[in-house]
Amino acid sequence: MNDNQQIVHTVKEQLRPPIERIPVFRWLKENLFSSWLNAILTVVSAALIVTVVFGLLKWALGARWEVIPANLKLLLVGTYPVEYLWRVWTTGYMIAFLLGFSGGSHGGLMRRVSTVVASVSVLFAILPFPWGTRGWLVGIAVAAAVGFGLGHLSKGIRWCKRLEIAAWILSFPISLVLLNGVAGILPVIGRRTTWGFLLNLIGAVVGIGLSFPIGVLLALGRRSELPAIRWVCTAYIEIIRGVPLISLLFMASIMLQLLLPANIRPDLLIRAMMTVTAFSAAYMAENVRGGLQAIPRGQYEAASAVGLNRALITILIILPQALRLVIPAIVGQFISLFMDTTLFGFIAILELLNITRSIMGNIEWRGTIFELYVFIGIVFWILCYSMSYISRRIEKTLGVGER
Amino acid sequence: MNNKAASSQSIPFWRDIRVLRVVGQVLFLLIIAAGIWWLLNNLQNNLKAYGLKISFGFLKNTAGFPISEGLRYDPTDVNGYAFWVGIVNTIRVAVIGIVLATVIGIVVGVARLSSNWLVKKLAGIYVEVIRNIPLLVQLFFWYFAVMLTALPLVKNSIRLPGLIYLTRRGVYIPWATATESFSTWMFYVIGGLALAIIVYVLRRTQLKRAERPGFPIAWAGMVFILIAFAGWFLTSGNPLALTVPVLKKFNFVGGLWLSASFTALLMGLSVYTGAFIAEIVRAGILAVSKGQTEAAKAVGLKRAQVLRLVVMPQAMRVIIPPLTSQYLNLTKNSSLAILIGYYDLMNVGTTIFNQTGRAVEMILLIMASYLTMSLLTSLLMNYYNRRMKLVER
Repeated sequence: MNDNQQIVHTVKEQLRPPIERIPVFRWLKENLFSSWLNAILTVVSAALIVTVVFGLLKWALGARWEVIPANLKLLLVGTYPVEYLWRVWTTGYMIAFLLGFSGGSHGGLMRRVSTVVASVSVLFAILPFPWGTRGWLVGIAVAAAVGFGLGHLSKGIRWCKRLEIAAWILSFPISLVLLNGVAGILPVIGRRTTWGFLLNLIGAVVGIGLSFPIGVLLALGRRSELPAIRWVCTAYIEIIRGVPLISLLFMASIMLQLLLPANIRPDLLIRAMMTVTAFSAAYMAENVRGGLQAIPRGQYEAASAVGLNRALITILIILPQALRLVIPAIVGQFISLFMDTTLFGFIAILELLNITRSIMGNIEWRGTIFELYVFIGIVFWILCYSMSYISRRIEKTLGVGER
Repeated sequence: MNNKAASSQSIPFWRDIRVLRVVGQVLFLLIIAAGIWWLLNNLQNNLKAYGLKISFGFLKNTAGFPISEGLRYDPTDVNGYAFWVGIVNTIRVAVIGIVLATVIGIVVGVARLSSNWLVKKLAGIYVEVIRNIPLLVQLFFWYFAVMLTALPLVKNSIRLPGLIYLTRRGVYIPWATATESFSTWMFYVIGGLALAIIVYVLRRTQLKRAERPGFPIAWAGMVFILIAFAGWFLTSGNPLALTVPVLKKFNFVGGLWLSASFTALLMGLSVYTGAFIAEIVRAGILAVSKGQTEAAKAVGLKRAQVLRLVVMPQAMRVIIPPLTSQYLNLTKNSSLAILIGYYDLMNVGTTIFNQTGRAVEMILLIMASYLTMSLLTSLLMNYYNRRMKLVER
């Protein structure tokens, strides 16, 4: 057995194709100038690249970038009271610690993510921020490192793993409580303040976190054998997916108070979160349904053959497989929800995009419109692109489509 | 037989799965109905407190607000007509946007599979950059930064070849306007279309019977163009007259004016959706296995025939369902028009709400309009999809 493996291994080694060294000239000819049409295409796209890059560089060197550092706090956390900023940092520490812990105990992708987070925070600390901010930034790296060390020590200990999962799940409510406060213990921030980019993050996390269980239930309902449940779920999903989010936000801002009794008046932020959750749940349901449909019948039959009932079949056999299949779709949904939080500005909630208007309204920063939009674009791009990168990696580690 | 009867009697009804199912569903429906009843009851109470009543009578009142583009409209027209103008504006931007986004998507999608390294990378960068920036940020960029800041004032507008003028107020392009003889010419056009359809159907049946490939659509197109041309010359006077934008004292006269917000919305929507369509097109082409092309060549088809008869039909099967949802997304995303001041149905709807205070009615109307559009698009695409679907045994 062992010998056989050895032989297969050596054969594989021997058969590995030689690394071909292609001369630059040949590479150019094959990849850029293989035919007349290709040569023309190459020249045209090279010209396009050169014009765009030069134009951008020329603009970027003359741009008034000072608008960003001058308003950085406003953009990122809005008018969150300075004396309570430690709550935002603490939330960051908690997440960094958990990332580090998972990285230490699992290695692989999580280790890379936590390393990137720590190094980025150190990098930012080198930038000319006030010393207090630099201290906080270094703290993030420290939290990630401490988490990493503890995670590494806890490797293979069963209860540590359970604790880790519990901590991740608990981190959501704890973050919300920390950020918004609780009456009596921590001063409540609420709508007295504008939240800036923090609101985009919270909106997306709350939206996905709450819509995930609802979406799974809706997807199961849509595939139910009971017609009443199927019809209601289908109607909900199709109606929500048939209208734009902005019309639902409009409804939440003006009509929801008409549908609730006079003594219940949820805050506008809460209403926006509810809307995003209701909206996202319908899309989530369709994603999950895609995964459910991909599970072959044999899985159901085998599970009922060993004597499981319907609920257990769904929870133990079908959902784990189905959800693994739809991880990329769910991450995609998370990304689009994150981007959709910019629509909150429509109902007068000051998130990142809407806050730029108040900056541009300031006479000192007139005409910095390009700089601000480019900054916002870069912030969103970095976060969204890394999320889709991570999801592709997760897909690979879980071996979707291979087994 | 006897056995069955005995067993059904021995199961008490509270453990009979058939009974339980019915009871469960009835309970579920009752809970849902109670929830809806509760909401509606609240609505009624609240409306009573405000002294309001649900009615659509306000649609017959004078609108009183201006709409700067789209169908011919006057502030003295009624609310209902104003809403209709908004719907037409939404359809206008959605249809043109879908066409542009599809063109961009196909070009970029094919470019991503190009053998040219530079073209491939360029297309890849376009897709990755555009897909990961929120649409609203892009729309604001096009509208506030490009249209309203970067472009020049009307008097020193940028002139593009083909008499197209780019200004801060929008884009002016040459356009054909209908003259008096237009309606006469329309008879020829409609007649030609009818004849073309007949020719198409006949030719297709003929080809099918002969089991031969061919271009029935080309025949039909030829017939239509011939008759339309003949009609053009047979009608006295030109049915269409070309008007060109000309700069007068303060503004351009003639041609077609596309407002700054319309242009920004169109650019934003088609560039954004185009990136998504590019990925769909790429995936669709990659999904057709190489063996298919090789086999088609082996039976003697020409290159164009391989593409048209073997690769495209199979690629379309993969492409159409996600493409449909992209078209729907574009239509729904056009509602962001309200944030850059284009008078689409969402914008007109909220304006009417602000003027009349009719929240419930306007929301119902807006949602119903979007639902109808989504439904029609998906019906159309589902029909097309069914025609392209794999015919299984």
